[in-house]
Amino acid sequence: MSVDEKMARRIATLARIGVSDAQLPALAKELSAILGFVEQLSELDTTGVKPLTSAVETTMMGREDVINDGGYPADVLANAPERDDDYFAVPKVVE
Amino acid sequence: MSKLTDLNLAEARDGLRDKQFSARELTQAHIDRVAAAEKLNAYVLQTPEKALEMADASDAKIAQGEARPLEGIPLGIKDLFCTKGVRTTACSHILAEFTPPYESTVTGNLWADGAVMLGKLNNDEFAMGSSNETSRFGAVINPWRGADQKHLVPGGSSGGSSSAVAARLGIAATATDTGGSIRQPAAFTGTVGLKPTYGRCSRWGVVAFASSLDQAGPITQTVRDAAIMLSSMASYDAKDSTSVNLTVPDYEAALTGDIKGLRVGIPAEYRVDNMPSEIEALWQQGIDWLTEAGAEIVDISLPHTKYALPAYYIIAPAEASSNLARYDGVRYGMRVAGKDIDDMYASTRAAGFGDEVIRRIMIGTYALSAGYYDAYYVKALQVRRLIAEDFTKAYEKCDVVLTPTTPSSAFAIGEKSDDPLEMYLNDVFTVTGNLAGLPGISVPAGVDAKGLPLGLQLIGKTFGEEDLLRVAGVLETAAQFTARADDWWSAE
Repeated sequence: MSVDEKMARRIATLARIGVSDAQLPALAKELSAILGFVEQLSELDTTGVKPLTSAVETTMMGREDVINDGGYPADVLANAPERDDDYFAVPKVVE
Repeated sequence: MSKLTDLNLAEARDGLRDKQFSARELTQAHIDRVAAAEKLNAYVLQTPEKALEMADASDAKIAQGEARPLEGIPLGIKDLFCTKGVRTTACSHILAEFTPPYESTVTGNLWADGAVMLGKLNNDEFAMGSSNETSRFGAVINPWRGADQKHLVPGGSSGGSSSAVAARLGIAATATDTGGSIRQPAAFTGTVGLKPTYGRCSRWGVVAFASSLDQAGPITQTVRDAAIMLSSMASYDAKDSTSVNLTVPDYEAALTGDIKGLRVGIPAEYRVDNMPSEIEALWQQGIDWLTEAGAEIVDISLPHTKYALPAYYIIAPAEASSNLARYDGVRYGMRVAGKDIDDMYASTRAAGFGDEVIRRIMIGTYALSAGYYDAYYVKALQVRRLIAEDFTKAYEKCDVVLTPTTPSSAFAIGEKSDDPLEMYLNDVFTVTGNLAGLPGISVPAGVDAKGLPLGLQLIGKTFGEEDLLRVAGVLETAAQFTARADDWWSAE
């Protein structure tokens, strides 16, 4: 599968990464090369093989449904690029 | 007595306990050496005041006869580990001056055991790379170099860690391994690199790359040092849902030197095309060493090996695209203003991420997008199971697997940075261990014709770190790798 400029633009939009039109040809070429490399996987018949999502078989542990962390807004907001009182500030979203 | 910066971890620990020198003296010697080694670019942040404060606390503990396992040992910390009150960037512009208000579990364990922090170590941006050339702080230089004196890469992504340990800018270092990022840099620098079983060390507070593959581990001067470090780094942690609730053994006690009757598997599929004859010969040498030590050599097959890298280059970018979605310019790190919020996200991410990170996010986004999810992502997860099952079958016949760590010795800065695919091939022997979640260790075993170090890799069974370290110790003793890089970097 090769990626054309239109597809590269679509992926960049989905990934929320600003890409200029001038960058698209090179980016499409690089992505195509990587996808060409992973294309080898299609040689393998994986019918009926269960996807492996976790390498070590474990059962997720439950925990008590209680609040056991939090209550320090100053720490949470300490690295915010922009804040307003105890809130993260962002450009206006709703008109 | 030798120079304090020549000591390995076990020697320094014993010297501190016997009061041959103080933690402050040991730490000051390393602080001075780090400050004089800026040419290597191994550290992205030095914390000398904090180090001396920690060293003084260690001296007090030692005076009270209460020395903890790593009391007074100065360490370098990969900049992927969050350190409370100390800037942590994953070597990406997007994290700007991020200063965590919390401590990663692994580094917290080290400090609780008395270790001293010298500073933060360089790495490839978000640990994506095999040469430490993608860092926002620039490339790290390998202390080793050939006769032509060209600057070589220290491997990656833990290139700051490997360069620092090889140049003795710290007694040991923390590192992380997603596709080979501990073992490959260790092989390139004549150091020991241990990637534990997935789930052995908590991932809490470690900047995430690919969560089902990431695992923290040490880079050290010796196998014994790796065992000591792992005993402190490993723990069960309720804050990491994939952390495994198993008692942490005394790994150092596993180093008995006795491997009689232990079965060592040699996988036919690791004889790749164009592998230098020196690496082939070193592998055979490793087989001979282990045979002489009483191990039984068994031929094994890992038939899906060639599909490991392609599967990895779907799975790791897919997880990265999801993990790195959090860098949006809202809660921490860099923000670039835009005409609306979407424009702010896109502008921030374009400015904050480097080329390799953008490539991987985009590959991952594509593999997870509607219409391609089954063909790429699910397919890769199915292949991942076949690769894991290869090992399960092999371990019916053997206890550990012996392979080369890398298909070459360290290469020159800039030599492979224009071709992502060629760079990816560095991890051909290590990436299988991540996909299968298995522990692996690289042990320095020899030098090539250029005089550059080469490593041999051992891969163990799930939570088989004790056997793994025992065999690694035997390999280390047989190899007698004592060569050090000539010190060309220290400023007067």
